[in-house]
This record gives sequence, structure tokens and C-alpha cells, in this order.
Amino acid sequence: MHITLTVNGEQRSAEAEPRTLLVHFLRDQLGLTGTHWGCDTSNCGACVVLVDGEPVKSCTMLAAMAVGHEVRTVEGLERDGELDPVQQGFIEAHGLQCGFCTPGMMLTARALLDADPNPTDDAIRTAISGQICRCTGYKNIIAAVRWAAHAEAGAAGAGGSDPEAVSA
Amino acid sequence: MQVPAPFDYARAANVDEAIGLLERLGPEARLIAGGHSLLPMMKLRLATPEHLIDINPLQDALAYIREEGGEVRIGALTRHRDLLASDLLASRFPIIRDAEQLIADPPVRNRGTIGGALCQADPSEDLSAVCAALGAVAVIRGRGDERVVDMTEFHQGPYETAVGEAEMLVEVRIPVREHHGSAYQKVKRRTGDWATAAAGVALWFEGSDVAAAGIALSAVNPTSVRSTRAEEALIGRPPSDEAFAEAARLAAEDCRPVSDQRGPAEYKRHLARELTHRALRRATERALGA
Repeated sequence: MHITLTVNGEQRSAEAEPRTLLVHFLRDQLGLTGTHWGCDTSNCGACVVLVDGEPVKSCTMLAAMAVGHEVRTVEGLERDGELDPVQQGFIEAHGLQCGFCTPGMMLTARALLDADPNPTDDAIRTAISGQICRCTGYKNIIAAVRWAAHAEAGAAGAGGSDPEAVSA
Repeated sequence: MQVPAPFDYARAANVDEAIGLLERLGPEARLIAGGHSLLPMMKLRLATPEHLIDINPLQDALAYIREEGGEVRIGALTRHRDLLASDLLASRFPIIRDAEQLIADPPVRNRGTIGGALCQADPSEDLSAVCAALGAVAVIRGRGDERVVDMTEFHQGPYETAVGEAEMLVEVRIPVREHHGSAYQKVKRRTGDWATAAAGVALWFEGSDVAAAGIALSAVNPTSVRSTRAEEALIGRPPSDEAFAEAARLAAEDCRPVSDQRGPAEYKRHLARELTHRALRRATERALGA
């Protein structure tokens, strides 16, 4: 079947079988390999993308089911050469080691900050609780999300926070 | 790589169209909502439908939570995320938020629906026990008619429900009564896992006595059934720790856990007893403000 999706704000089309899972459609048909393919069983969360702004495990959604919805992948975080504050946060707070879980983690962080610009550590932990970091670097992931929250609050002039002051 | 067996895909634009497609395509057709029960089964080839009918376009018609006519009505396509977030449900039936906080994980809850969860009829599924404890009913629609089935008859066995061919679950109704308290207690090995055992309890009081009780366990029976003897042990008596202990003992005695990778049967029976006891205490605290 012919599948047309809105991915990172652009219309993208390809031929695929109805059984094609969203993760494979993104990676194999559209060449967007930033979305990682991990456990295949909706456990690990490496394949998380945003569908209409909400984190979704793309190994457990048919590409056909995403027709008519907005899909956002890690490739869509950076805008006009500027890293998203979440991406910058992962750099600043060493939020990754091997990097396999990072695209999914960053998209969940983006969705969290869009809904709650100043989340508590508990809210961050809950948000990423469906995603596994096999390097077990969770502490720095939480610090990275907090860095992004501070940076965005600073950019909005809503508190004059100092991202450098964030510590794990 | 796990990929479902080939199938034809169709989208339904409304409930009648979904039922019409089921009717036309026959028993090898399945509805797909959130897909978080069905797609994993299809990837393992435990389910091999020839046709999938996507009902996600029915979101506007079948995703709602509203109180009317002395009951709370929940549309079958309501997602776990919305059940968790609903303040109406949390105030009327706190058992629902208890359970939802522990169902799968946030991205899964963004997709999974109450209708899908109930229709999957997994013996370890949580909302089945929650709905059974609350005395909910399921509204099942077929061509031109609608029938209402009590939750105790909805689940007919593991992965078997009262939903027939060319029918679909469209709504869950939960009766609202005052002086109510409810709670869900669950033990699972890690985030995202199914319950090792869980207990759902709903109590209604008249004066200081228990007037009605719903107790349903998850993961310790072939399907979620009410623990009738345990319920009867509470009715007409004031709540007390002794009465709760007795009801919990009966609930554990009547359940039929099996040993598996989540633990031996006797451990699960122990959990059933302890979790029932704790849920009874919590439900009573909530009802009586103790």
C-alpha cells in the first residue's frame, strides 16, 4: 500500500506492506535511522518517536496507523542548525554513553518539557520509565533534562536560571 | 526481527462501518485500537488475522469519560493515559488511578485503550479486575442492536470474551453510588511487566456496615472473576481488620494461580491474600476517611 506520513513537518511517501511497523518504515523506507530498533517487544523504548506530540513505541504501531498524524523523530529535534535544548542538555550533562537509547530518551524529554516546562525529578523518572538505558546512565539523563528545562526557562526569561548550576 | 504475518488493512470511519467490515470479512478479521496487545501477539504469530480493521479514526466517537444517569460511561477507545489523568474517575473510583499508574509504562499508556485491554482478556490484565470489582457492565454493539453484559459474564476464559462475531465493545459503564471506597494493589517485578498478582477491591457502606463488596484478583485465575465468598464474608458487617483478614484468606483460598516465570503458585497465593487485605484497608480508609 502507499503510505504518506507527516514526518518532522514534511510529507513523506513510500510503498510498504500493511504489516510494516512504524519503526521499520521510518528506518528502511524513509532512511531515518535515528530512530533505533531495539527489543521489538515494546519493552526497551529505543524506538520511541512522537506521534501528535506524545511518545509512542514505534515497534508497536503500524506505519499505516500513523497516516494523518504528525510523527516527530530525533532528526526533527534540531531546527535550522540549532540543537534543541534537550540535545544540548544531553551534551552538557553527559546524558549518554553508548547512545543507543538516546533518541527515544530525548523525544520523551521533549514531550515532557512541552507539557511541563519545570518537571520534578520524579516526573522525569516517570516519563522515562518505559525506556531502558543499558549503560544505566539514568542519573545523567535526568540531569540532562533538567539542564534543558533550565535553559528553556532562561531563554524565556522566566527565572534567570543558570544551567551550569545543575548537578546530578 | 518480529513482524506480523501478512494481512489486509482497512480503516473504519464510524462504528457502523467497523461492524459492517467485521460482518463482511468474517471471523478472520480483527479490530485494532491501540495495538499494544494485538500487535505483540501478531509479531509472535500467536494471532494471525487476515484482515485488520483500524478503529483509531473513531477517536472522536468512542474516546470519552462522562457521568450521566447515575453511572460513569467510558468509551472503548479511551486510552490508558486519559483514564490515568481523569479527575472524575479518580474521585469516583480511586481504584482506576491506582491500577493505571502501574499499567505498562507511559508510551504504552499513550496508545493502549480500555476496550483493547478488556477484549484481550489476558488473565493478568488489570482493568478486567478493576471493572469486575466495580460491578461494571460492557456495552456490546452489533448490526442494529446493542446489548449490555455484566463484567462477570464478559470474560469467559483466557483470551475469550462475550463479544461475538461482527460485534464490538463500545462502552464500559460503572454505577455510581455514594459511600464508596476502592483500591488496587499489585506486585510486579519491574516497570512494564504484567502483575505477579493483584487485587482490586470496591466497597460500599451503609452507616458503618459494608453494604456491598466487589473483590476481583488479577493474574491468579484463568480469567478475572469475583471472589464471591470473600465478598459475602464482609457484607452486613462493620469493617474490621479481622473481617478483612478473613475475606483475604477466602479470596486466596479460592484463587487458582499457576507457577510460572513470575513465581511459584504458593507465592502468588500469598500475594493474593496480602494484597486483598491491603486493598480492603485502603478502600475503607478512602470511603470512611479513616
